[in-house]
Amino acid sequence: MAEQHTGIGISIKNLYKIFGSNPEAYIDAVKGGMTKTELNEKHNHVLGLKDINIDMPGGSIQVVMGLSGSGKSTLIRHINRLIDPTAGEVIVGDEDVVKMNETELREFRRHRTAMVFQKFALLPHRTVLENTVYGLEIQGVPREEQEKHARRWISRVGLDGFEDNYPNQLSGGMQQRVGLARALTNDAPILLMDEAFSALDPLIRMDMQSVLLDLQKEIRKTVVFITHDLDEALRLGDRIAILRDGEVVQQGTKQEIVLRPADEYISSFVREVNRGRVISVDMVMTPLSGEPQGMPIRSGTVLEVSAKKMTDSNASFAHVTDADGKPIGALDIQEVISAMVTPVDHETAA
Amino acid sequence: MEWLTEFPDLGTSTLRNIRLTVDGAFRDFTRAYGESIELLFEPVKWFLINSENFMTDMPWPLILGIVAVLVWIASRSWKITLSSVVVLIVIGLFGMWEDTMKTIAMTFVATVLAIIFGIPIGIGMSRSNRVQSVVNPILDIMQTMPSFVYLIPVIMLFGIGKVPGLIAVIIYAIPPIIRLTNLGIRLVDKDVLEAADAFGSSSWQRLKNVQMPLALPTIMAGINQTIMMALAMVVVASMVGVQGLGQQVLRAINNQYFTLGVLNGLAIVGVAIIFDRASQAYGQRLQRHTEVVHG
Repeated sequence: MAEQHTGIGISIKNLYKIFGSNPEAYIDAVKGGMTKTELNEKHNHVLGLKDINIDMPGGSIQVVMGLSGSGKSTLIRHINRLIDPTAGEVIVGDEDVVKMNETELREFRRHRTAMVFQKFALLPHRTVLENTVYGLEIQGVPREEQEKHARRWISRVGLDGFEDNYPNQLSGGMQQRVGLARALTNDAPILLMDEAFSALDPLIRMDMQSVLLDLQKEIRKTVVFITHDLDEALRLGDRIAILRDGEVVQQGTKQEIVLRPADEYISSFVREVNRGRVISVDMVMTPLSGEPQGMPIRSGTVLEVSAKKMTDSNASFAHVTDADGKPIGALDIQEVISAMVTPVDHETAA
Repeated sequence: MEWLTEFPDLGTSTLRNIRLTVDGAFRDFTRAYGESIELLFEPVKWFLINSENFMTDMPWPLILGIVAVLVWIASRSWKITLSSVVVLIVIGLFGMWEDTMKTIAMTFVATVLAIIFGIPIGIGMSRSNRVQSVVNPILDIMQTMPSFVYLIPVIMLFGIGKVPGLIAVIIYAIPPIIRLTNLGIRLVDKDVLEAADAFGSSSWQRLKNVQMPLALPTIMAGINQTIMMALAMVVVASMVGVQGLGQQVLRAINNQYFTLGVLNGLAIVGVAIIFDRASQAYGQRLQRHTEVVHG
């Protein structure tokens, strides 16, 4: 099956989720401004998600970050409607998932999405190979073809030789590779990853992040990745949305979030980030005035690397070039370094 | 003060009228539908008679061989297989071969029917809390109501014979398999079920690929219990005309034949142990995938 999906975008519009016995009764009040606390104390309903609006462009990795209880796992389950929303739209491609009937939803889940879970959720009575073919098996694909695709992805995630092992003969990291292979074998354009690496040891987590980033260069799927770990979010995300108490507090590229945190909540997160490895020169360059000065630095280079290049060659000025080598901006070593240092207002904000 | 010491019941004549009305209505029902209901149970009778004939007509060495092979397939254990054969040989030496064969046939038929009806009912219960709340009290009644009580209407319908005995055995033996099928499916890990949903499983695929396989060890425990309870009922069943070891026990009770009673009782125990060890070992083997845990 072909991997070159141009990518299907996901657009979440005015999404609300209220948990409780009669959510419809309170949706208007919530839209009118009733707070989460009030809804909980007076009516014993929990506001899970409030007015979520996120546009996820096709073929890129969208990270949704938040602490436990922020509603991030609830949000990702709305994309394949494992949870039904109280109000709102989830547009995938040009279809509204919320309006699908049972058959349409089943077809949608079979062909458009695949999911990786925090607790792996492998079938314990099936071997690695039998787990990996699951998506194709229930689609009714011939067994030979199921196995062909499954074996390729098992090998691609580095599990050669483990095809006939049962999940609990494998370590956590290896089990999640099975989870990833199972999702990729499905060959759906959308990959939903719910805290997929959170249960793994830090080193194995890094390893799995690299596996995902490597694969993504090749498969270009629309990945929705849920995490509570900012480092992971910054490493993986093309775009990041930060969720708190069921609301999006900020969304944008990782550089926008690190450089311009919307409030103190996010400041407190990004304070610990190694800014030199996240922010690229594009964010600090000034428009070219006159001839480009100093050495050329490729657009997209992170500050740490460019500072090293500039200090190594003793240059205080440089210019940024685009992919074709055309100069697009000017760079001053002072600005580069000051952008790498955590600003004072972030320090004191804590 | 008489109204305090005597419970104010409905009165003798009212109670007698109730009894007469219900009994009369049931007798009319029996007369009207008895034959068609009996016809309905014709296939069951056929199944039971053929199983019995198979067991009693088959040469005894062949039966020993079949039992050995089946126990081996289920348990993969020489110890269990060998003990089963020895137990059957001892039973045969003491002259109880034919009765034992009849009892095994009866237990087999009762268990097969209990599985055929019990598992779908258990699945239905697991899918709906409403069904569960209706079926549960019925199962409670089936397990606690003295079997002689529900034998009365059964005998009124069928008379004395194999079929009423079989029905009594099934009523008593079916609850564990229903309960444990329900429990097993309800205990299946929610995360795995969610994964099955996320890949677009239909509800049949969910049942076939996830719920039943993961509930199977629990269901096997239910089948084991059902077999044991069916064996425990053979004495009661013999009172309505089921032949086999139970009938001999009944004869021993009536005539105070101590040795006959003990021998036939021990034969029932022996058959029970063979069934139990073989089915438990099979249940254990089904869970092999959970044994090898990553260190």
